[in-house]
Amino acid sequence: MKLKVQNLVKKFNSIIAVNDISFEIEKNSTLGLLGPNGCGKTTSIGMMLGLITPTSGKIYIDNTCFESKNRIELLSLMNFASPYIELPKKLTVKQNLEVYARLYGVVEINKRVDEMVEDLNIKSFLHKKTGELSSGQKNRVSLAKSLINKPKLLFLDEPTASLDPDVGDFVREYIEEYKKNNELTILLASHNMKEVERLCNKIVMMKNGKIVDSGTCDQLIKKHGRQNLEDTFLKIARSNYEYK
Amino acid sequence: MNINKIFALSLRHLYLIKGSFPRILDLIYWPTIQIFLWGFISKFFTLNSSYFENTVGIILSAAILYDFLFRSSISYNMMFLEEIWSRNFTNLFIAPIKISEIIAALTFTAIFRTLIGLVPAALLAIPLFGVSIFKIGIPLIFLLITLYIFGVTLGLLVTSGLVRFGPSFENIAWASLFFLAPLGCIYYPIEILPDWLQIIAKLLPLVHIFEEMRNVLIHDIINYYQILKAIIISFIYFVFGIIVFYLSYEGAKNRGTLINMGE
Repeated sequence: MKLKVQNLVKKFNSIIAVNDISFEIEKNSTLGLLGPNGCGKTTSIGMMLGLITPTSGKIYIDNTCFESKNRIELLSLMNFASPYIELPKKLTVKQNLEVYARLYGVVEINKRVDEMVEDLNIKSFLHKKTGELSSGQKNRVSLAKSLINKPKLLFLDEPTASLDPDVGDFVREYIEEYKKNNELTILLASHNMKEVERLCNKIVMMKNGKIVDSGTCDQLIKKHGRQNLEDTFLKIARSNYEYK
Repeated sequence: MNINKIFALSLRHLYLIKGSFPRILDLIYWPTIQIFLWGFISKFFTLNSSYFENTVGIILSAAILYDFLFRSSISYNMMFLEEIWSRNFTNLFIAPIKISEIIAALTFTAIFRTLIGLVPAALLAIPLFGVSIFKIGIPLIFLLITLYIFGVTLGLLVTSGLVRFGPSFENIAWASLFFLAPLGCIYYPIEILPDWLQIIAKLLPLVHIFEEMRNVLIHDIINYYQILKAIIISFIYFVFGIIVFYLSYEGAKNRGTLINMGE
């Protein structure tokens, strides 16, 4: 599934949170949306998920413009995972996965839940309440929920934030493996540059609501004369660099 | 509307009730306390006044019906607040579920929460005070339906505020029903109110519902016109509530409050 963002603007009163951004994610590729805190990443994702109404601009999913009239149809092909949103804490993991499978109109619910449980090693805490899980376990459940409908377009907002290196690596490896076997386009917002280098085909750098640079990891590192993506990020974030 | 999705959202709240005994206890506790409180107060007045014989029956029936309204509205608000407290709000609004399906799911599920609280209280009133709300007969069904529609409407208006303004609107959720209670003429006839307040009170379905309840219990007369009036007024408010909810949803999307809404 291809995602195209065209001249997207979001103003909150006099504040311009997102300032005329345009980019494309090719089918089955992963785009990293990077930028310092408050640069407009979350607002941009919010608009792409239909949670925030853009002030102007368009979002196209496989050449279909995302509008109120096709919201349900397009949302059923997408999903989202973020450590900053949670699943109902008092429900067990199984109950949560079942509820979301139903909400997303999954046909063979038990089969799909079992697949996710198996793939993400969830079985040992499947009947535990979600609120009682560790960060790593919650993260895996959140990922399971985000893949329950076999989305064609997945938004991941800092998927490995606050995870220990082992669980973080498990999640990254799982995403890589899942992508190999399934048709999936990913938009990844992350502050973990190693993760971005590993998972993303292309990067879009945002600053103060604008796109300040874009390209592949290697292109950006080379262009800015740095050794790695982290240094490149720091250079762009701290300078008055303007992308032409 | 997709019945499966409505069922899915209902299931989320039914699992919540099923999985927590303290939650069930809490649902039963308050209506039962109300019955005890009003039962003893009205018994005292019966022994010490010559107003009319059935004081306990009238006041206790009013208390039960008012509690039904209160519980239906609070149940609706609580289910919505649960989504905010559990930080599940974003997940819910990015799921392919229509706003009408969310409203339908909350409306149907609120009845379970309401009945869990009210049925034990209503049954308890029979042996304790010799008062059975079921004596109202067939009109009781219509009165309950009207109260439920109005309770859900109040819930819709409060949840509209929660969607639009976020969790800071929570206090209004608890205060909303107490604001309307004096105008609802729940425990007293409408004539008690000053003339100008009577005009406002008549715009609420509550006055017609509770007047009719007293009519049945005191005079044993059923005025279906009065009941129909209450149903129509409730329904008008319900449609108004739905419109306000849609407007709030659009407002929240403009303000960006649907994302990362939590405690």
